[in-house]
Amino acid sequence: MDIHEYQAKEILSECGVGIAEGGLAYSPEQAVYRAKEIGGSKWAVKAQIHSGARGKAGGIKLCKNDEEIWNAADELLGKRLVTHQTGPAGKVVYRLYVEQATDIEKELYLALVLDRDKQRVVFVTSTEGGMDIEEVAATKPEAIHKLEVEPAVGLRDFQARELAFALGIKPELISHAVHTIKGAYRAFRDFDATMVEINPMVITKDDRVLALDAKMGFDDNALFRRPRIAELRDKSQEDPRETAASDRGLSYVGLDGDIGCMINGAGLAMATMDMIKHKDGEPANFLDIGGGASPDRVAKAFKLVLDDEKVKAILVNIFAGINRCDWIAEGVVQAFEKLDVKVPVIVRLSGTNVEKGMQMLKDSGQPIITADTLAEAAEKAVAERNRVANS
Amino acid sequence: MSILINKSTKVLCQGLTGAQGSFHTEQAVDYGTQMVAGVTPGKGGSRQLNLPVYDTISQAQIDHQIDATVIYVPAAFAADAILEAIYAEIKLIVCITEGIAVLDMVKVNAVLNDSGSILIGPNCPGIITPGECKIGIMPGDIHRPGKVGIVSRSGTLTYVAVNQTTQYGMGQSTCVGIGGDPIHGLDFIDCLQMFEEDKDTDGIIMVGEIGGTAEEQAAEYIQQKVSKPVVAYIAGVTAPPGKRMGHAGAIISGGKGTAEQKYQALDRADVVTVRTPAEIGDQMSRLLKV
Repeated sequence: MDIHEYQAKEILSECGVGIAEGGLAYSPEQAVYRAKEIGGSKWAVKAQIHSGARGKAGGIKLCKNDEEIWNAADELLGKRLVTHQTGPAGKVVYRLYVEQATDIEKELYLALVLDRDKQRVVFVTSTEGGMDIEEVAATKPEAIHKLEVEPAVGLRDFQARELAFALGIKPELISHAVHTIKGAYRAFRDFDATMVEINPMVITKDDRVLALDAKMGFDDNALFRRPRIAELRDKSQEDPRETAASDRGLSYVGLDGDIGCMINGAGLAMATMDMIKHKDGEPANFLDIGGGASPDRVAKAFKLVLDDEKVKAILVNIFAGINRCDWIAEGVVQAFEKLDVKVPVIVRLSGTNVEKGMQMLKDSGQPIITADTLAEAAEKAVAERNRVANS
Repeated sequence: MSILINKSTKVLCQGLTGAQGSFHTEQAVDYGTQMVAGVTPGKGGSRQLNLPVYDTISQAQIDHQIDATVIYVPAAFAADAILEAIYAEIKLIVCITEGIAVLDMVKVNAVLNDSGSILIGPNCPGIITPGECKIGIMPGDIHRPGKVGIVSRSGTLTYVAVNQTTQYGMGQSTCVGIGGDPIHGLDFIDCLQMFEEDKDTDGIIMVGEIGGTAEEQAAEYIQQKVSKPVVAYIAGVTAPPGKRMGHAGAIISGGKGTAEQKYQALDRADVVTVRTPAEIGDQMSRLLKV
């Protein structure tokens, strides 16, 4: 789960990471009021969306007076920002963060991530702050410094110092930087984060160490024990199809194509999407209905796929191990009886009770197209999609 | 022959009295697996499916020899269950549970790596040596004893590969689902090594998916150390970056972990790759000339 910049900063700040004075605003009037509250002579008005690279997309405006703040807020609120992380659909700005601008001496990069190979939490730092870390890794790898944290021992002071020195921080600021680095680690550990990224972490002209931008992501599997984090979920930043699915306990990812998919198993779901692409079609979604799916659950999942207006054909691909083909068939038939199914539906079943399932589809009298293999199913789905699209 | 488990493997079930544990243990017993006991804290002294239930593993060990344990404990308590099994020095631990917090697994693996235990999973279908021992949630009836070793990150795709090797008459020596989580126990390389050493495994099927670099490392290992024919399939060519595709570990992040990169690494290592799961059995039968 992702959260907004202002939420990440609040958490980091509580853990001892320095941040600039700032406040949240939902309207231009409130933005101006926040700036007054904060004080100073320069402010940044920052669009709060779940994405990095907001600056490049025009989501961050530097302002010097009330009028500029009002105009910046007016322009940003309700705007759909498109960054390389949001995809072409972009994300709508509903909240602004107004922050006192700082005079920057030096921009640095500090992040914590999970390293799958090392099976540990790893710090990634770089002297090239403000830049995309992948770009730095490609163009200037010597600027990147990494440090593993031993899970039983945790982050030690000497390690935090090592990171601070590697960042070229001057001796009189080392203890401040160590405090910041340890705070970032604590935020990661205590809230079951999967990522903390402070980019840039800045040294100001008046010798402060501040998190100027901050991103945090959290482990969905740990939210049950982090109620405070779970509360920060902002559904306006999610694909509405995905929100509807997760509320129903289904694993769904929205894609840009128009062939809807309903599959059991994450691996088989990806394989089915790949097969559709292989046959020159484009999948509309990833959907795993899981093991032991009841007819009712199948019907619900079917409705979810059908609710996507882009969908021109639906492919159901099931390899029943724990699942039963007759249950899947019953669910599909149920969906046909209850819902207004206007698009062609292709069903491929194999595994437990396959004959029974196929017979149920046949006996239902519904116009369900069946296939014996995945390749045949994908071919038929693409052909049907093309027929619908061209009619 | 087989790897890791066979007809004499004695198996404990952690979480035996739960719905999942009870259902799948019954299936395992029907299949012929030597289930010896169960553990559910607070239910010690009772019986489930005619098996004795204990409060702790150490109590169960007083009465039984235990070679392997299978975990069906809910996600919030599963990391603890794995640790209990490691501390009890059980050789093989199979964790089926999906949804364990990743920082819990970081701690588990730190202890695991210093122990003599082997962990399969979590978030996996388990392991089966057809005709001898089934530990996990896979449907037993699609398997046939035979000569192909299968290792996979995905449950359903394992079944697809199993089904094809059965249909082609090759059968399976052992099938291992290593699971879809980012931090897990046994890896591709461990399984490849065991299959290479197993005299009754003639060919190996490896099913990977997006996320991480385990397949790339496996490709390098195959090139250097594996003499038996390997057929590899990778799911997720069409998966968009930054999105978790069902499995916690199936995510392309920071430009790493794409299916294309994995295919390239496998192709460079001269591994036979297939672009659809439907071709797995066909390719393997050609390589084994069945």
